[in-house]
Amino acid sequence: MSDSPRSGATPLLEMRGVNTHYGAVHILKDVELSIYPGELVCLLGGNASGKSTTLKTLLGMVTPTSGDVVLDGEVVNGQPTSYLVERGVTMVPENRRLFKRLSVKENLELGAYLRTDKDGIQRDLERIYGLFPRVYERLAQKSGTLSGGEQQMVAMGRALMSNPRVLLMDEPSMGLAPALVQTNFQLIQQIHEEGVAIFMVEQNANMALSIADRGWVLQTGRVVLDDTADALLANPELRASYLGEA
Amino acid sequence: MTTAMKAKAAPRTGVDWFLLLIKSVMFFFIATGVLLFIFQQIDPGNPIASRLNDDATGLTADQFEGLVIAGLSQGAMYGLIALGYSMVYGVLGFINFAHGEVFMVGAMTGMITSNKLHEAGAWESNFVPSLLFIVLLSIVVSTLTAVVMERVAYRPLRGSPRLIPLITSIGVSFFIQNVSVVLLGPGAKSYPALPDWLSKKRDIWFISIEGTRLLVVLVAAVSMVGLWYLVERTKTGKAMRAVAEDKEIASLMGINVNRIIVTTFAVGGAMAGVAGILWGIMFRSVIHTTGFLPGIKAFSAAVVGGIGNLNGAMAGGLSLGSAEAIAPLVILEPWGVSGVSQLRDAVAFSVLILVLLVKPTGLFGERLSSEDRG
Repeated sequence: MSDSPRSGATPLLEMRGVNTHYGAVHILKDVELSIYPGELVCLLGGNASGKSTTLKTLLGMVTPTSGDVVLDGEVVNGQPTSYLVERGVTMVPENRRLFKRLSVKENLELGAYLRTDKDGIQRDLERIYGLFPRVYERLAQKSGTLSGGEQQMVAMGRALMSNPRVLLMDEPSMGLAPALVQTNFQLIQQIHEEGVAIFMVEQNANMALSIADRGWVLQTGRVVLDDTADALLANPELRASYLGEA
Repeated sequence: MTTAMKAKAAPRTGVDWFLLLIKSVMFFFIATGVLLFIFQQIDPGNPIASRLNDDATGLTADQFEGLVIAGLSQGAMYGLIALGYSMVYGVLGFINFAHGEVFMVGAMTGMITSNKLHEAGAWESNFVPSLLFIVLLSIVVSTLTAVVMERVAYRPLRGSPRLIPLITSIGVSFFIQNVSVVLLGPGAKSYPALPDWLSKKRDIWFISIEGTRLLVVLVAAVSMVGLWYLVERTKTGKAMRAVAEDKEIASLMGINVNRIIVTTFAVGGAMAGVAGILWGIMFRSVIHTTGFLPGIKAFSAAVVGGIGNLNGAMAGGLSLGSAEAIAPLVILEPWGVSGVSQLRDAVAFSVLILVLLVKPTGLFGERLSSEDRG
């Protein structure tokens, strides 16, 4: 993996001192994150640490009470999700959340809902068939009939259809059979190698850090660690709390 | 754990036995009625048939054909209205009880315009353009009614428990009825007479059918095909199905969920507008309560077909319409029930109860959408 490209380049997507509230409950506290073009980063944290809220805030589904979400240097607070999707931010949701009653093909096409470049859409469809040959075999099938692993491929394919520059992934290994988790991380790496920046939220810290460039650890809404993946893997505190020190 | 597994594991309770009893009684009643009807058809005077009904006469083939045609054309109209209930349920998960009023508004619009055209003499001299004009105007007014209803009454309630928009829709229904009384008065109003070439009976192939009923069936068929194309083959339709399944993820795809919901109301409203005109030219009389009973029956049709399923809505409409036309004479009359043709409403709702007892998800029923989200 490459070193952090922090020096010089502008971040693709950033959070600057973001605070969010659900009613009176303070969820995110002064969160600072930055994702640079083409890198693979991960956000670690236990249950209720604010990981999902972070993703929702980045996608405009939750508006920060203070601080800014910044895309390409432009403050995008309060913009609808479609605004961000159109500009290259997209998410593979937790548990995949495919449209189960729609066919695999329709799921992929919905990923490209905001695009109007027919040739480009066709090219990206073919790119996804190349990436996931299994998906191509099942295009006409209702996506609810696929196995968990196949659904994961469709969910990634659907996200890629929006032609993203940064892909947010919410717990990609959640609910997958252990044998598939490894394959899944390989797929993430493969997508990353095509030049898409990846921001991954994971509980499986070992696996996530082994492929990531950098990472953050979130605890009750506050970023408590911000370092390179190697440093995090070596961090004794983290080893104790997340990596299941044996 | 699936519901099927739960059902198998649970022992039968008193309620289950009670439902089984109702089912058995209903099936006995229907089967015996049909059997008696067959005896009647063979010979009206035979002792089995006449024991329960002295006046048994049976039906001639022409009469039976008339019932089927009346039932199907009536059912096609229920089906058109039912589509609106089913679409809104599919997308928002609540029953818009004011949908019957959208249909009434369509029928009223047609009444006002056709009478104006009649006064101007255009209704007689240029019937086809006049009819197209009132259909178009009725579609516009009904669509607007449905869209305004969504914006004013339902959108502010988005995210509240389902019971709240449901009750609101009953309020909206009364509101629209009362507006109609205020604007047009409480009496029944009639459509101008139709030209003979449309209303007369005509023989097509081997059936004899009134022109108006034929028109109803054709229009319903065309609307159904159009709707199928919209939902299954267009980008908007794909977005509708996506929104019906998962609004959060649909918006993640960049779909404007509110716009899709408005579109759903608009399409349902347009169908109700078309049905309103068909009602007007078939029965030629409208009143502010015209939307109530057809609305409730169309809702039943949507449930019978499997609510949320569009093919089911049309199939439910056709089966409910035919059942209420045929069943009184085929099942009730042989039992010696008098005045059977006035019992059509009772029959329609019995069909609803029966279908719900046997197949709670309706004829074309998939699992309900809320279970899919679970």
